[in-house]
Amino acid sequence: MLSAGLGTIIWTSIAFLTVLFLLGKMAWKPMLKSLKEREDFITNSIKSAESANNQLSQLKAENEKLLAEARMEREKILKEARETGEDILSKARKASVEEEQRILAKAKQEIENEKAAAIAELKSQVVSLSIDMAEKLLKREFESKENQVKLVEENLKSATLN
Amino acid sequence: MTIRIKIAELQKFKLKSIINRKVLLLLFTLFSFNLFAEHDINSDSTTTENKHENKFDAGTFIMHHIADAHQIHFFTLNEGKENEKHFSIYLPIIIKDQNGINVYSSSNFYHHSHTIEINGKHQHYYSYNNYVMFDEKIYKAEGDKGLMLDGAGKILNQSVLDLSPTKSIIGILITIILLLLMFGSAAVKYKKNPLKAPTGLQAWLEPMVLFIRDEVAIPSIGKDKADRFVPFLLTTFFFIWLANLLGLIPFIGGFNVMGTIGVTLVLATVVFIITNINGKSHYWTHILWPPGVPFPIKLILVPIEIISIFMKPMVLMIRLTANITAGHIIILAFTCLVFIFGQQSAGAGYGAGIGSVLFMVFMYFIELLVTFLQAYVFTLLTAMYFGSAIEEPHHH
Repeated sequence: MLSAGLGTIIWTSIAFLTVLFLLGKMAWKPMLKSLKEREDFITNSIKSAESANNQLSQLKAENEKLLAEARMEREKILKEARETGEDILSKARKASVEEEQRILAKAKQEIENEKAAAIAELKSQVVSLSIDMAEKLLKREFESKENQVKLVEENLKSATLN
Repeated sequence: MTIRIKIAELQKFKLKSIINRKVLLLLFTLFSFNLFAEHDINSDSTTTENKHENKFDAGTFIMHHIADAHQIHFFTLNEGKENEKHFSIYLPIIIKDQNGINVYSSSNFYHHSHTIEINGKHQHYYSYNNYVMFDEKIYKAEGDKGLMLDGAGKILNQSVLDLSPTKSIIGILITIILLLLMFGSAAVKYKKNPLKAPTGLQAWLEPMVLFIRDEVAIPSIGKDKADRFVPFLLTTFFFIWLANLLGLIPFIGGFNVMGTIGVTLVLATVVFIITNINGKSHYWTHILWPPGVPFPIKLILVPIEIISIFMKPMVLMIRLTANITAGHIIILAFTCLVFIFGQQSAGAGYGAGIGSVLFMVFMYFIELLVTFLQAYVFTLLTAMYFGSAIEEPHHH
């Protein structure tokens, strides 16, 4: 049983070397090649997935940053708007007050002016009226000679001649 | 596994009852199957004469069943009777001698049976034309003298070159066909869509291919150099494993491919050749002039190293053959146990039969593991030898 027959050795050699060759060409070569391809593919896929994930999280962070910035910007704009509004309002208020006061002052001035003019008018009218009246009085008073003399006398009496 | 039993041998026991015989036949039909054409046996008169004298000899029986043969024998019907029928595939016998190449069917030999007494034991041998066949080895016959022995039982006949495709060779061919079919069809799928996940047979084979590549080849040889050796390791692993599994299948004649020393011799020789033609200077210097070793020790070490070059593949060869043969022997031994007890009494035969079958089932599971384990060990050690051959000197 433990003697190796030459026939067995020859047949086995032919058979084993044939199967080695055939499997090598037919099976192992494509199998090992595509196994390697698949492994590389999986490795690359995982790698690219990881990088995509990284990119995504980066993008997300960027987005959040942008959003925060936008929010801040909005706050700023709103604040500015409010301030501007208030400013405008206060300015307007101030302006209106000033205008009012100016108008008021102007009105007062005008009133004063009118008043002064009226007073002046009144004065001149009073003067002319008084003059007229005085004229008329005088005319009437000094129509007689005796009144003229009387006046002169009276004035002389009141005047102290020293 | 060789559970089939040649019923010719069973009949040699003096069975106590018909019932007992029927039970045993039933037991053995479990392990054998009617498949092939039958032939009537043209037994020599000497054969029948001695039949009743023979007692069941477990050793001869087992050795006969684990040995390579020129036929694939399934079973025999009507043992020892006039209408005895053998169910076998008779393989061609190719003989080369000074007369040129002769091709016969082995049925010619197996149907010319003779009995001869060797060292007090009755043994069978077969004859045809000018040849005799004893213990599956073929010799030249001188005239009609048959097998000639000297006083010590040594065969005097001139041996001839036997180039027959024996049972183990048929086992190898079946293994090869299965390998080509399995991996050929899997490879087609890999070619078609290399990036898809494996399906079907491919999914079953892929983990094992990866196992050999990633757990055997790469750790032993190194990642960058393993690629060159992976196809050989894969072929070796699957060839051995499948051949071993073939030997476990009952009813098909009990192949013992890796238990045939000629087969493992070829495998070990190929390993030896590949290892040594790939041997780098580092490998050879460590064998022929080991550095850092005092001169007197070198004198001892170098011959040992040189012997070890041959020893390593030899150990591979013997380990594989011995393990596979041992598995077959154990199961056959349990089978024999039934007949040994059966010779005593029917009851003992039944009892031993139940126990033996349980043990055989257990052993089958162990053997299933061993088929894988031995293929793995052979491949792993081969990878390690390759690894040591191509190892680069590392600086400490």
